[in-house]
Amino acid sequence: MTEAVLSARDLRVWYGTESGPVRAVDGVSFDVHPGETLGLVGESGCGKTTLGRGLLGLLPRGAKVAGEVRYRDTNLVGLRPRELQALRGPHLGMIFQEPLTRLNPLLRISDHFEETLRAHEPELSSEDARHRALEALRGMGIPPTRYSAYPHEFSGGMRQRIMMALALVLRPSFVVADEPTTALDVLVEAQIIRILADLRRNFDTALLFITHNLGIVAEACDRVAVMYAGRIVEQGPVREVFARPQHPYTRELLRSTISLSTTGLHYIPGAPPDLVDPPSGCRFHPRCPEAMKVCRERFPQPMDVGEQRVECWLHGPDELIPYGGREPLIREEITVADEA
Amino acid sequence: MWWHVLRKAGVGLSTRTSGSLRTYLVTRLLLFIPNVLVILTIVFILMRVAPGDPVSVALGGQRPPEQIAMLREAAGYDRPIIVQYWEYIRGVLTFDLGETIVDSRDITEILITNGGATLTLTFAAVLVALVIGVPLGLVAGRRRDTPLDAGLRVFSILTYAAPVFFLGLLLQLAFGVRGLGWLPTSSQANAIMQARVSDVTNIFLVDALLAGDTEAFVDGLEHLVLPALTLGLLLSGVFMRIIRVNLVQTLRGDYVEAVRARGVSERRVVIHHAFRNAMVPFVTVLGLQIALLLGGAILTEQTFNWPGIGAQLVRYLGSRDYVAVQGIVTFFALAVVTVSLLIDIINALIDPRVRY
Amino acid sequence: MATVATPAPGPSQAHATGRSRMRRILRGIARPYRQSHGVARFMLVAGTVLTTVMVITAVFAPLIAPYGFNQVADAGGERFGNHLEPGGDHIFGTTVQGLDVFSRVVWGARTAVSVVFLALLFSLFVGVLLGIIAGFVGRWLDRVLVLVMDALYTLPALLLAIVVAFLLAEYVGGGVTTAALAITAVYVPQYFRVVRAATVSAKEQTYVEAARAMGAGPVTIMGRYLLNNVVHSVPVIATLNAADAILTLAGLGFLGYGIQPTEAAEWGYDLQRAVSDAGAGIWWTGLFPGMAIVLLVLGLTLVGEGLNETMNPALRVRRLLPVVMPTRTPDQEEVAR
Repeated sequence: MTEAVLSARDLRVWYGTESGPVRAVDGVSFDVHPGETLGLVGESGCGKTTLGRGLLGLLPRGAKVAGEVRYRDTNLVGLRPRELQALRGPHLGMIFQEPLTRLNPLLRISDHFEETLRAHEPELSSEDARHRALEALRGMGIPPTRYSAYPHEFSGGMRQRIMMALALVLRPSFVVADEPTTALDVLVEAQIIRILADLRRNFDTALLFITHNLGIVAEACDRVAVMYAGRIVEQGPVREVFARPQHPYTRELLRSTISLSTTGLHYIPGAPPDLVDPPSGCRFHPRCPEAMKVCRERFPQPMDVGEQRVECWLHGPDELIPYGGREPLIREEITVADEA
Repeated sequence: MWWHVLRKAGVGLSTRTSGSLRTYLVTRLLLFIPNVLVILTIVFILMRVAPGDPVSVALGGQRPPEQIAMLREAAGYDRPIIVQYWEYIRGVLTFDLGETIVDSRDITEILITNGGATLTLTFAAVLVALVIGVPLGLVAGRRRDTPLDAGLRVFSILTYAAPVFFLGLLLQLAFGVRGLGWLPTSSQANAIMQARVSDVTNIFLVDALLAGDTEAFVDGLEHLVLPALTLGLLLSGVFMRIIRVNLVQTLRGDYVEAVRARGVSERRVVIHHAFRNAMVPFVTVLGLQIALLLGGAILTEQTFNWPGIGAQLVRYLGSRDYVAVQGIVTFFALAVVTVSLLIDIINALIDPRVRY
Repeated sequence: MATVATPAPGPSQAHATGRSRMRRILRGIARPYRQSHGVARFMLVAGTVLTTVMVITAVFAPLIAPYGFNQVADAGGERFGNHLEPGGDHIFGTTVQGLDVFSRVVWGARTAVSVVFLALLFSLFVGVLLGIIAGFVGRWLDRVLVLVMDALYTLPALLLAIVVAFLLAEYVGGGVTTAALAITAVYVPQYFRVVRAATVSAKEQTYVEAARAMGAGPVTIMGRYLLNNVVHSVPVIATLNAADAILTLAGLGFLGYGIQPTEAAEWGYDLQRAVSDAGAGIWWTGLFPGMAIVLLVLGLTLVGEGLNETMNPALRVRRLLPVVMPTRTPDQEEVAR
């Protein structure tokens, strides 16, 4: 297997609040390889957006980052702002969620492109800049006649495609796409998924695709990482994880997906945990249908099951489970009030 | 059909993708007329609220009753109110605001003669305010929540809290004859200079230049410093606060974050995106400050004995001369509405979203 | 089917609801103080202190001021002397007429606070009432009111106040009432606009529709549902308006259109007299009344801005607290590849 473009090791992102630090990302490790799309899924509030932003250093003031994010021999954590800024654009890219407000309303699209290109390649002539911008736009299906238009003259879907062209015009090797299609309708969504697939093929771009839509993951991603309460509970090739989910949470998520064959609504009882004071041991234990005694006491070890990696006591290691730990966990009924 | 256009305009500025600048400008100009009418009507009603007629009020007790009755008839105050209203509107449209009661001067002429002084003062004050307020606002917004920001904000509030005549008083004490003695504190120019320079445009500084009289020009400038500084300081605080808030909100904006994500330097982000976008609503707000400016001008003119329209207003208020007061208030009201129109036009030229 | 009559609330219950509403109001007032931080909190606290000092001065003026506002001689009939420098019996000095500056400043506080308070109460009442009616009723009434209010709003505040004072002087004579009414006229459009906008948006809410479906009459809807909503936008505007009103009152006084000197002391009027003193280098007749205006307006503006920063979601800043990440415990060790 080729060298990973980006490797995260024990990444933590915490915010300070008045009730204590919010552990939005609490020890996450994964790799992304060239030409590979890693899907990052989870419920709202599990920390996926923070993770995506944290990789690129786009966190608000007051967020603390620890751990290691290796991009081609450089650790992005602790990098000086100016060095990080130099990497963003030609090496690291970001596609945001809400396209309507992501373009400066006073500037033309051409201005946006020229600014981005000139920021990293100052000697670029305007002809060349224009040429590259138009090429990037063409790849997104935006005709060159619209190059001098203003942002408000485009629809939401087109603006997202322009944003993507902007993010990709410098051909970054690693791109984070933070729920790029959530704000758009299904047809536009399909278009964009197709474009991203082309990227993977043509430019070997490594993509981290953050979403809460499992269907997109199944369609567009090579590997998937399932996130819960700031940790990745399961990761592996999409086919394997979806066919043989090893973590109870993944199983529940898959069961909750609605399709044409759904007859009854399935949901996971309880609510996502408080990230300031997460549950002890395995963070999923209050809602897990297969919880055991040890799950409340000890934090599970990451275990390899085939090509997948899971953090769940169901997979051992047995030496670390104390006597009687495999007994089912007796919890109080999760009442409706807890869901609030 | 034009009613539909007006209704759309009334609902608010929408961001349509089709439509041109020209359509918007035409619409806005069309809106100007009803705007003006409403203002004039309000002024008219206000002035008629008091009992009696203007002539009796101003001259009652000073002239024999038969003369008062004659003047009343001549001025048309015994005619029905609708006729008076119509006369008033017609007068405004033909730039005829009538004559003052107490000294029978043509009001329009008063406005022209003294208008230059007020114009000089307000223009200079806006310049001072821009030079002081805008850079400070940008600095404060950029360095939000630092001690510098806090200090600048307190400064801006202080300039607002100190009444313009108090500021003027302090400046007079500091720089006037009894203080440092650097600058004159009264009127537009030395009496001798004023006599020397003939009134061509009624703007003293311009007239001095036209006459090639540099000594008079410099004298005029010296006299302008304190009043302009006073009024300008008042405005600068307001400008500073507005720019600061705009900048803070812009820097938090989504597109600023997106630009940073593409690795553009912070400096460029701040200047090309934040500053520029923060200034756009500022142009509109600038127009809104015209009201503050005019009110402040009236007070400043009183403080510094500056021979502008504000001073005339106060004078005729003292004589209870309704007609004069009505004429001057009409002028001020129209000035505000016109400036508002100009600001909207400028805004349309700057902001590509404002089109129909 | 038997109907069950709900028992009327007993006296203990009514008492309890009265107390809890009081508590709710107090908690509502305390909330911005607790929630603010940084510069906003500093402004809020400093502003409240300044304003309170001024209000106390105003309320206890007769106890604080050594002399009357019109007094030129002491109890023994001996005149104070004109243009005395600050010090001794007259800590702020005396004016050209022999009036004690300090006393006039204190009495002036009472005038300013009472006039502005009254005026704002009136304009609040009228503005909110008209705003809710216009927003709720709509149609031609709304159009006409909006037209009029917008026109009044665009006129310069001082100009409008002067004109109204000028006109009212014929009816009512100069004085506190004229000044208060003139200031009322200036600020009614402000409250009207804000309240009308809030009403219009609240009117479309589903709970209003539901209330209407249940048969609630317009007065009930306006009173119970809409009023609550619009009340939230008022405090910030009210404090900032109060600050502006003090300045307008002083402006009126400066031009001779406010309170008559025989009726009460007024800071603006004192400053007008002080302008001629400045030529002679006499500074104390203008400095102290001026400073008083600055302090009161400053206090009110700080409160208003502080409230705005705290309550306006567009400007609010999340409190940043330092984060210390603990070193890894064996419980959570990760195997690094």
